[in-house]
Amino acid sequence: MNSTAPPMLTLAGLSAGYGSFQVLFGVSMEVRAGESVAVIGPNGAGKTTLLRAISKLIQPTAGQLSMEGQRYEALPAHQVISRGIAQVPEGRRLFPRLTVEDNLRMGAFLPAARPHFAQRLERVYSLFPRMKERRLQMAGTLSGGEQQMCAIGRALMSGPKLLLLDEPSAGLAPVVVQSIFDVVRKMGAEGYTVLIVEQNIRQVLKVVDRAYLLETGRIHASGSAAELLANDAVRRAYLGV
Amino acid sequence: MGQIFDVYFLEAVLNGLLLGGLFALLSLGLNLIFGVIDVVWICYAELIMVGMYAIWWMHTQQGLPLWVAMPAGIAFVGAVGAGLHQFVIRPVLAAEPINQLLVTGGVLFLLQALATVAFGVEFQNLGVRLPGVVVGEMSFSGSRLVAFATAMAAIAAAYLFLNRSYLGTAIRAISQDRAIMPLMGVDPARIYLLTSAIGGALAGLAACLLVLQYDVHPAIGLSFGPLTFLICVMGGLGNLIGGFAAAFVFAQFISVGGFFLQLEWGYVLAFGFFIATMFWKPEGLFSKRRKA
Amino acid sequence: MMKKRQIVALLLLVALAATPLFDPGKYALHLMVMALLWSYIYTSWSIMGRLGLVSFGHGAFLGIGAYTVVMLWNLAGISPWLGALVAVAITLVVAVLIGLPCFRFKIVGHYFALVTLALSEVTRLIIVGLRDSTGGSLGLTPKPALTDGATSSLWAMQFSDKAVWFYIVLLCWLAALWIWHRVDRSMNRLALEAISEEEDAAASIGVNVTRAKLTVTLLSAVMTCIGGVLYAQYQLYINPETVSGIGISLQMVFGVIAGGLFVMLGPTVGAVFLLLLSESLRVLIGNKVLGVDITIYGLLLVLFIIYMPKGIVGTLLQRLDQRGSAR
Repeated sequence: MNSTAPPMLTLAGLSAGYGSFQVLFGVSMEVRAGESVAVIGPNGAGKTTLLRAISKLIQPTAGQLSMEGQRYEALPAHQVISRGIAQVPEGRRLFPRLTVEDNLRMGAFLPAARPHFAQRLERVYSLFPRMKERRLQMAGTLSGGEQQMCAIGRALMSGPKLLLLDEPSAGLAPVVVQSIFDVVRKMGAEGYTVLIVEQNIRQVLKVVDRAYLLETGRIHASGSAAELLANDAVRRAYLGV
Repeated sequence: MGQIFDVYFLEAVLNGLLLGGLFALLSLGLNLIFGVIDVVWICYAELIMVGMYAIWWMHTQQGLPLWVAMPAGIAFVGAVGAGLHQFVIRPVLAAEPINQLLVTGGVLFLLQALATVAFGVEFQNLGVRLPGVVVGEMSFSGSRLVAFATAMAAIAAAYLFLNRSYLGTAIRAISQDRAIMPLMGVDPARIYLLTSAIGGALAGLAACLLVLQYDVHPAIGLSFGPLTFLICVMGGLGNLIGGFAAAFVFAQFISVGGFFLQLEWGYVLAFGFFIATMFWKPEGLFSKRRKA
Repeated sequence: MMKKRQIVALLLLVALAATPLFDPGKYALHLMVMALLWSYIYTSWSIMGRLGLVSFGHGAFLGIGAYTVVMLWNLAGISPWLGALVAVAITLVVAVLIGLPCFRFKIVGHYFALVTLALSEVTRLIIVGLRDSTGGSLGLTPKPALTDGATSSLWAMQFSDKAVWFYIVLLCWLAALWIWHRVDRSMNRLALEAISEEEDAAASIGVNVTRAKLTVTLLSAVMTCIGGVLYAQYQLYINPETVSGIGISLQMVFGVIAGGLFVMLGPTVGAVFLLLLSESLRVLIGNKVLGVDITIYGLLLVLFIIYMPKGIVGTLLQRLDQRGSAR
């Protein structure tokens, strides 16, 4: 990780919510090119809301969003991917009655991504060999771990600069969780910029460079992964120490 | 006597096959709209009627050759379909399903009435005669053969589009999870609009095929509208493959039933068959999951 | 001691019932008969509709009622009273055939609407197909029974005095309202039962619900069928388009929605509204250009659904509610 790398994603004073129910209160954070950053926190802290706001699935009520220095709060949701931001949503959200390959094809829907479809498909298959085995299988019939791999693969098909992951370990067996985090570490090693939101704090802090602690819609701590692991408040509240 | 009976019976069965192709095309459009947008266009047959009038008008009143009038007709009804979605369906997408049904019912009235105002209630004919085909003692209308071939080609093209293209895949995907479509760069509103245009274009194509065989008048939609609904329900609403199969089954009932009795009774027989299947498999003969 | 609202309603009812005594003229009386008749028919539909059983095929029952009595009278001299019984029997069979599979397997919504829509069209096709007996699209007229200056024949159910018809349909309308009220009450009871008997086996609840839905469907169908009988005997002319088919079926649904589906007087308001609308369109635009009136009718239908989905009464009640809470 290069701490002098330019910031890729910047949030400044971001507030968002659902109708009259506000969830995020003036969140400021940044992700630099090539970094892996985690947002950790308890249930209901607003982690998923944060990612939805970054992908513009919900409209922030206040604050700024910038990608590579360009503001995009006014951008419609379906254009965010063209800025290089791809999200693996919470709960995988594959299309259950499409095949694995069709799900991956949807990931390459972006016109700029289509010429690279075949090439990226091969990359995803080499990354997740089981996906290649099951390419013509209905995505709804895959196991939880396989679905997570397919969902990550789908996000990679657009050739993103920034990869958002929303609780990729949720609902998965421990053995599978391990392999998912291995993938995340591999993404980071290959140079992807990753922003991952997780409840599994111990595991995620092992694979990222930096982290933010989000509690009740506000950033309460930030620093390198090691720093947060050593943070007393974090240890007491979340690591059972 | 027995031999002649068999030949003409065979002719009825084959005609039923040809008819089935046409019905399959009709049900494709309706099923597509419902499967994707979850709305039933009760006025679907009236869109076809409008297309038939458009082609008739361009060809007989404006002197345009058929190879101009027909594609123009398809494009026209495609635009009507898109307009229907944009101005009539979109405002009620979040409303009760009964309101969605009613609003397309209102469009049904409206289109019938507009056609009456514009062209009166007389039956109009395109005036085009295609040479028939004679096989042994059976004769088949040329326009029916053309209709069958065209319908099959269109269905094949639709299948390829839905399964091999990006837009087609998006159309298949959106009914499974609309909320995440933007994450992949898909604007759901545009997909709905596109689907509506395709549904309209399919109706326009059906209009091209029907106007070759039948006279057009404002109420002609009632001749095949309800039938299309029954076919779609029997195949499982939104199930493209099921509708395809059900179309041929229904067509056999009408053709063979019409062979033994008068034409209307063929329809009644088909309906009776439909009710019987409702007792046996209410969610549709070929439906796998969805019910209502 | 009756509430103020009930006293007002009773007074209005008495005033309504007394109208023929003040000789309002044939046309006005005709309009009132039509208004009450269609109010009765729409209310009959709404008994099912408000439970989510949205039928787009009640034209079938209307047509069965109308054509059965006229055909039996014309072809066999059977009194429409007996003919009505036959019509009701046919209606029950048809309603069971359509309703049973739908309800047993919980098929409602779009499927039910489309199946019932096809039913009304098939009924129309059958009527047209039997053209030798029904006169096909040209329509049918009951053989006149009022010979030698007679003004009424009970046996033939023909009354030339519109005031007599007024009171007949008034009673029917009141009966429909009462039935609506009773169904409403028993539905509430059923809902409460379903909630309180949570621990009971799901099957027993399921049977209750199916039976209740079927009962309401049969009731609604039979009432509509009787409406068809009354229509035929009053108008003394029927044709397939006016008493069966999609057109009249859609109109029924629209009328109830326009008035308000969940309110007892909603269908009545809708019927009056549609009647006034079609009459004024006919008077204003008439037959100058064929189809202009129906164009406007269809256009209004679309606009209504988009902008006033709760119907006239529903929207009114909503506005009153808002005004009340704003105070």
